[in-house]
Amino acid sequence: MTDGLDTPYREREESISLGTLGEQPISGTDVDSRPDRETELMTINLGPHHPATHGVLRLLCELEGEVVRDIKPLIGYVHTGIEKSCEDQEYWKAITFVERMDYLAYYFNAQVYCMSVETLLEEEVPPRAQYLRVIHMELNRIASHLFWLGTAALDIGAITMLWWSLRERDLMLDLFEMSSGQRLHTRYFQVGGVFEDIPPGWEAKCRRALDIMPSRLDQYEALLDENEIWLQRTKNTGIVAREELLELGVTGPLLRAAGEPWDLRKAMPYSSYEDFQFRIPVGTVGDNYDRYRVRLVEIRESLKIVEQALDGLPEGPFITSNRKVALPPRHELATSMEALIHHFKLVTEGFRVPPGEAYSAIESPRGELGCYVLADGSAKPSRVHMRDPSFVNLQSLKRMGENSLIADFIACIAMLDPILGGIDR
Amino acid sequence: MTRAAPKRRPTALPDATGLELAAQRVRDALDDAAVVGTSYHREQAMLEVAPARVHDVLEHLRDHDDEPYGFLASLHGCDYLPSEPRLGVHYQLLSMQRRERLGVKTRLGTDEPVVPTVTDLFPTADFQEREVYDFFGVVFDGHPDMRRILMPEDYEGHPQRRDFPIGGEPVLFTFNEHKLPRWYD
Repeated sequence: MTDGLDTPYREREESISLGTLGEQPISGTDVDSRPDRETELMTINLGPHHPATHGVLRLLCELEGEVVRDIKPLIGYVHTGIEKSCEDQEYWKAITFVERMDYLAYYFNAQVYCMSVETLLEEEVPPRAQYLRVIHMELNRIASHLFWLGTAALDIGAITMLWWSLRERDLMLDLFEMSSGQRLHTRYFQVGGVFEDIPPGWEAKCRRALDIMPSRLDQYEALLDENEIWLQRTKNTGIVAREELLELGVTGPLLRAAGEPWDLRKAMPYSSYEDFQFRIPVGTVGDNYDRYRVRLVEIRESLKIVEQALDGLPEGPFITSNRKVALPPRHELATSMEALIHHFKLVTEGFRVPPGEAYSAIESPRGELGCYVLADGSAKPSRVHMRDPSFVNLQSLKRMGENSLIADFIACIAMLDPILGGIDR
Repeated sequence: MTRAAPKRRPTALPDATGLELAAQRVRDALDDAAVVGTSYHREQAMLEVAPARVHDVLEHLRDHDDEPYGFLASLHGCDYLPSEPRLGVHYQLLSMQRRERLGVKTRLGTDEPVVPTVTDLFPTADFQEREVYDFFGVVFDGHPDMRRILMPEDYEGHPQRRDFPIGGEPVLFTFNEHKLPRWYD
């Protein structure tokens, strides 16, 4: 690439035609010189623009015939420097940024970031806000798993599953729209609580969605569990042992499918998760089928949690009453000078966080989502780092996919559930 | 519908005493210079170690300690500008059996920051060490594949350092590509 650099790229681009090949026989067509196809290794790029890679993931694959021998993930195509951008935002404005990392689990990003900031501020979240957070996070988990289910089935060729699961995902998005005004990237969680109480009628709408879901899940299972193609692609493929997954730092449904019952909601409860009765589904084989089963059962467990949280939703404030952190109610601005001053200071400058550093972790739909926040005493964070489960889990793809058929490997990518917004941040 | 009183979570372990005990065990097993200090802030235990001894300390904490930590939950970097030494590398250890988290951090200056790799102890550190190298310029000695991971390979500078400016990155289009220097090298 040294000649003609002055001419722009588009003009330099040439299509390969027979004319450029000249007299030479086209490589690989000469029968005598053709390498042994049984042993020949071929390196191909899977992605970055390929629907089966669930985003802009580029995989450099070594193929021997149809068998994948080596996989190198190349990432960074959607790196947008969110962590760097957060350093230039006030703490409360950075919530908008972190939500865009793992774009299917926005409530979780906001929750873990708020948890870190609340730890540094030593701010208690009121019980009602904790319950509202749990309700929205579990609905988000259902929506995320439904989206995963649809795209994973699509990768294996079951397109009906995509329409069905997106139809049910809309039930969740309608709820998000009703409570916060947005369907995606809702920015509903605030430091110290949530943005607003749920509106009248929300609970009834939510319960209707909860009533619909179990029968719909039965339909999904009826569609997939007796589908020969689905079973052959998922059963006994992509098996990785539990010990190896632990070494690779894999968490979430992938780890639970291998038989390790590790779930931060149970192990280290946060945001009142200790109040709810739910089970942790685990697999026995650790193959792709177990990963699918674990996620499907997790949806059912999430439904139970939402129902319990709606039943036991405590009365009280939905955000902390600390005026140094949370905006005062709108009606106070008309009568209270202090409220006006607090409002003005919060909107113009934001709140200051005492110096310190904190790491919090929650169970996102994909595993341990951690957030490290370094505060230097100003109104802007000095460092925000997200330990994104997709980023860490991606390292296990090589172990899942190597020495398997390329079609099984596609199933492995689907079952890994990588979100490139979270990987690249 | 009753107004529930705010619950106090049980104190996360290890607490301040547990942290000191762990630090003392590391000092006994290795030497006094390995542990630089301890800090217990907002119920989070953090052990600060000398940069060159990171591998020894983590190996001790994983394999030989009375209260071992078998899982590396997160590895990330940060920049403590303006305090010196500026750069920090954090290791968030987790014990799934005891459900305890212990942070281990090391701090190092910006000229020739080198830390021994822990990829042999925790293979999960592979991508995360590359990320710290990419964004902070900390070289992990012994890492099998010490390359940039998220930024382009020909990128200059380490963008998460606090003295690296935000913005000013030219956007590449076909109309201005020949005006932007060296993107195709």
